Amino acid sequence: MPHFERLYNFACWLTHDREEAEDLVQETYAKALKGFASFRPGTNFRAWIYKILRNAFLSSRTGLKQTAMVPLDLEDEEEILPAVEETPESILLRRSDGERVQLALEQLPLAYREILLLCEVEEMSYREISDALAIPMGTVMSRLSRARKTLGEGLRLQLQKG
Amino acid sequence: MVCESWRAKLDTYLDGEVPDEEMRTFDAHVRNCPSCSADALTRVQMKRAIQVAGKRYTPSAEFRKRMQQKIAAKPQRSLAWGWMFTATAAAVIVVGTLTSVYVGTRSGRNQAFSEIADLHVAMLASSSPVDVISTDRHTVKPWFQGKIPFAFNLPELQNTGFSLLGGRMTYLDQTPGAHLIYDVGKHHISVFVFQERSLPARLDKDPVSPNQLTFNIETWTQGGLRYFVIGDASAANIDSLAKLFKAAS
Repeated sequence: MPHFERLYNFACWLTHDREEAEDLVQETYAKALKGFASFRPGTNFRAWIYKILRNAFLSSRTGLKQTAMVPLDLEDEEEILPAVEETPESILLRRSDGERVQLALEQLPLAYREILLLCEVEEMSYREISDALAIPMGTVMSRLSRARKTLGEGLRLQLQKG
Repeated sequence: MVCESWRAKLDTYLDGEVPDEEMRTFDAHVRNCPSCSADALTRVQMKRAIQVAGKRYTPSAEFRKRMQQKIAAKPQRSLAWGWMFTATAAAVIVVGTLTSVYVGTRSGRNQAFSEIADLHVAMLASSSPVDVISTDRHTVKPWFQGKIPFAFNLPELQNTGFSLLGGRMTYLDQTPGAHLIYDVGKHHISVFVFQERSLPARLDKDPVSPNQLTFNIETWTQGGLRYFVIGDASAANIDSLAKLFKAAS
C-alpha cells in the first residue's frame, strides 16, 4: 500500500480523530484504485494520492467545518515575509518540548497545518505541494511563510502562558 | 539591513527550492555571515522540531491488516498500479508484512528492475538508510573494502548539486553489491553497483521503459561492473549522476 503510514499520519492531523482518519485512508485507497486511469504516468504519484485524500477530507463533514472556519487573509500577496522576526526563536525552541510543538501545530488553521506537514514531514517539493493542494507555486511559498510565522507566534503564546 | 534580502528567501533556500546557481551563492553568504547563519540554524531547528512533532500517528496493526485484506481482494487494475503496490510492499516489509499477490505475475526482466526499485524503496523506508554515513567519497569507498568482491570509483561532486549521504551493503539475487545514496534537492537517489558476471543474464536486456516505473532509472555496464541509478528525481538528474559515475570509472 503506497504511502500507507504517512497518509494515515496526515489524515490524523487533518481530522484530529483516529477513527475518522481510518475511514479517510480507506476512502483514499478505494478512490485511487477506482480512478487509477486518471493518474498520468510520469506525473507525481505521491502528490496525486495526497490530493485524493485531501479532497476526500474537504468534502467530509469535519473538513467542511474546518474550511468554513478559516479565512486566509492576504494569502495571495506576492511579498513573502520572513518567517522569523527579531525575536530569539532559538531560545523559544530550546524551551519548547515536542508536545508544545504538536499543540501549536494542532491549533494552526487547516491550510497552514497541512502545508507545513507536507513540506516538513512529507518533505515534498514546492511543485509537489502545489499539485497536492491544487494551488499555484507562489501561493505555496507565501502560505508556507505565513504558516511558519503563525506557528512561531503560537509557540510564543504558549510559553508566555507558561 | 544588508542581509534583509537574503533573509526574505532563507526559508526557500533551506527548503532546497532556490536554483542551483543561487544555492551556491546562498551557501557562500550563509557560511560567511554570522547573522544569517544563526538565523538559518534557528529555522533548521524549527523545521526539525516540526518534522519530529509531525510524525505523531501510527496506524494500528489491526487497521493495516484490514486494509491489506481489502486491497488484496481488489483485482489489479493495471501494470503500473500493481508495480507501485509491489514497490511499496518492500517498505511494508520493514514493518513486518509483505503483500505478494503481484510478484509472481511480473516478467523476469521487469522483476529484476522492480527488485532494484524495491531496494531503493526499502532504503527510503529504513530508519537507518546508510551503514557508512559520510559525504566524503574517500571515506565511503574504503568502507566497502573486504565487504564486496570488487572495487569501484566514486565521482567528485563539487558544484554538481549532488551530495553523497553514505552507503550500505546490498544484495541482488544473492549477489553482494554496493548501494550508495545521494541527494539532489530533496530527492534521494540510489546508485547500485554489482559485478556484471554474477548477475542473471536477463539484466543484459534493454532497461524497462521509464514510463512503466514511478522512478527514473538508468543502467549500464562498465569495466565488468553493472551500475543502476534510480530515484524519483528528474530524468535529467538521474542522467547527470550516471554521467558522473561513467566519467569516474
